[in-house]
Amino acid sequence: MKKIVKKHPLAIRWFHWINFPVIAVMVWSGLLIYWANDVYKVGWGDKTILKFFPDSFYKALHIPFRLAEGMSLHFVFMWFFAINGFLYVLYLAISGEWRLIFPNRKSLKESWQVVLHDLHLRKGMPPQKKYNAAQRIAYTGVIIMGIGSLLTGLSIYKPVQFHTLCAMLGGYEWTRAEHFILTILFTLFFLLHIIQVILAGWNNFRGMVTGFEVVPPPPPPTGGGTMEIISPSNELKTDD
Amino acid sequence: MTDKEKIISEKQLRKKTIISFSVFIVMIAFAIFGWKWLHKQPQENEAPRPLRKALNYNEGLFGKFFSNNHLAKTFPLSAAVKHVRVNGDEGMSADFDASTWKLKVAKTPGDTLFVTLDEIKALPKTEIVFDFKCIEGWSQVTHWGGVKFSDFAQKYGLNEQTKMNYVGLITPDKGYYVGIDMPAIMHPQTLLCYEMNGKPLPMNQGYPLRLIIPVKYGIKHLKRIGSIFFSNERPPDYWYERGYDYYAGL
Repeated sequence: MKKIVKKHPLAIRWFHWINFPVIAVMVWSGLLIYWANDVYKVGWGDKTILKFFPDSFYKALHIPFRLAEGMSLHFVFMWFFAINGFLYVLYLAISGEWRLIFPNRKSLKESWQVVLHDLHLRKGMPPQKKYNAAQRIAYTGVIIMGIGSLLTGLSIYKPVQFHTLCAMLGGYEWTRAEHFILTILFTLFFLLHIIQVILAGWNNFRGMVTGFEVVPPPPPPTGGGTMEIISPSNELKTDD
Repeated sequence: MTDKEKIISEKQLRKKTIISFSVFIVMIAFAIFGWKWLHKQPQENEAPRPLRKALNYNEGLFGKFFSNNHLAKTFPLSAAVKHVRVNGDEGMSADFDASTWKLKVAKTPGDTLFVTLDEIKALPKTEIVFDFKCIEGWSQVTHWGGVKFSDFAQKYGLNEQTKMNYVGLITPDKGYYVGIDMPAIMHPQTLLCYEMNGKPLPMNQGYPLRLIIPVKYGIKHLKRIGSIFFSNERPPDYWYERGYDYYAGL
């Protein structure tokens, strides 16, 4: 017999798995667009440490001369991104799930402990509900990034019609750079997310598809163990 | 135990997992199939038809935000660059004879207006310094002078024509052509432009007369206007035929 616990509501699983290919198309079509004016780099003066992006990168992915294709994909899939994201945020607000995702008073301090734990520098995790403190900060951050991509995107898409927004974000050229930086952050988030999901293992991954997680049986008492056992079973109590 | 928890057998666990993953895999298959389907659709002006339809929908929607009160940001004269980027020479064939040039305006079939550069220069002059935006993604603050298209239309009695949906502009050699929706061409910042940085347009910037239309990407700022006509249907558009959005509005 196995004890299972509901973890991710159906709605959140749908939002999550729709978002994944949609963002992939947005990043890909964004690359096709960016190539036509690929001015960003990391460096100073004449010194370039990292050019976005090297020619070999474009060549390998067959990116050059596909601006029109990139724009048509970008300005169609933006709707799926916006609508899915909007419904997701709306769901978080109405269902109360936001309480499990948004950071709380303890999150900043605890997230550091989580990072130390993940780097094997600390034993045991602070007690948590559905998400640990580092996850709360990362997932909330990525929601804010999504809103940022939407707003910067809209203001470089129609800078005259939404001139106030564009001006608030620093003007046309700055806003384009911000939109680009957000995309880089999205891909970095994606890489870290994949690594963490692999490390977390099958039970966790299955949870994002099936919605439930198997609760590991409590280890036999060994006496003197200092490990805090975290059970997600009390996840929906929202007393903090 | 809370209502979130359940005790189930190994067999039930396996069954639940298999059902969920089956749905998951079917959805992945749908996504892949959908992507392939999209790219197999017949092309409409070099874009798959569903994308083209969506772009046209975007035009309708964002066209609603369009207003003559929404002006492209303007800059002080000092912000304008001295070296204005030259991008594209389609429709700029070398055998052009500027001395015989006249702007051709097709009012109705059989009623064509010919306007000289001096006549255009005699109209009230408007100058603008704005951030010219190329569809490639770069932009440049530049300084232009000319007559507002709306002033020109009023002066030459094009009231009936400007009630139509579109304007078409063509270079003298017919090598480059754009179609523009009427609200955009009648926008107060849209110029029939004959000056750049206070001097007559250089040849490579479209001497004697070009379009400056700050509410559109650079692809619509046709250089060296040969003729203008009016239509309720979309006039041919060079980059539209090559996969770009027809509207190209900012």
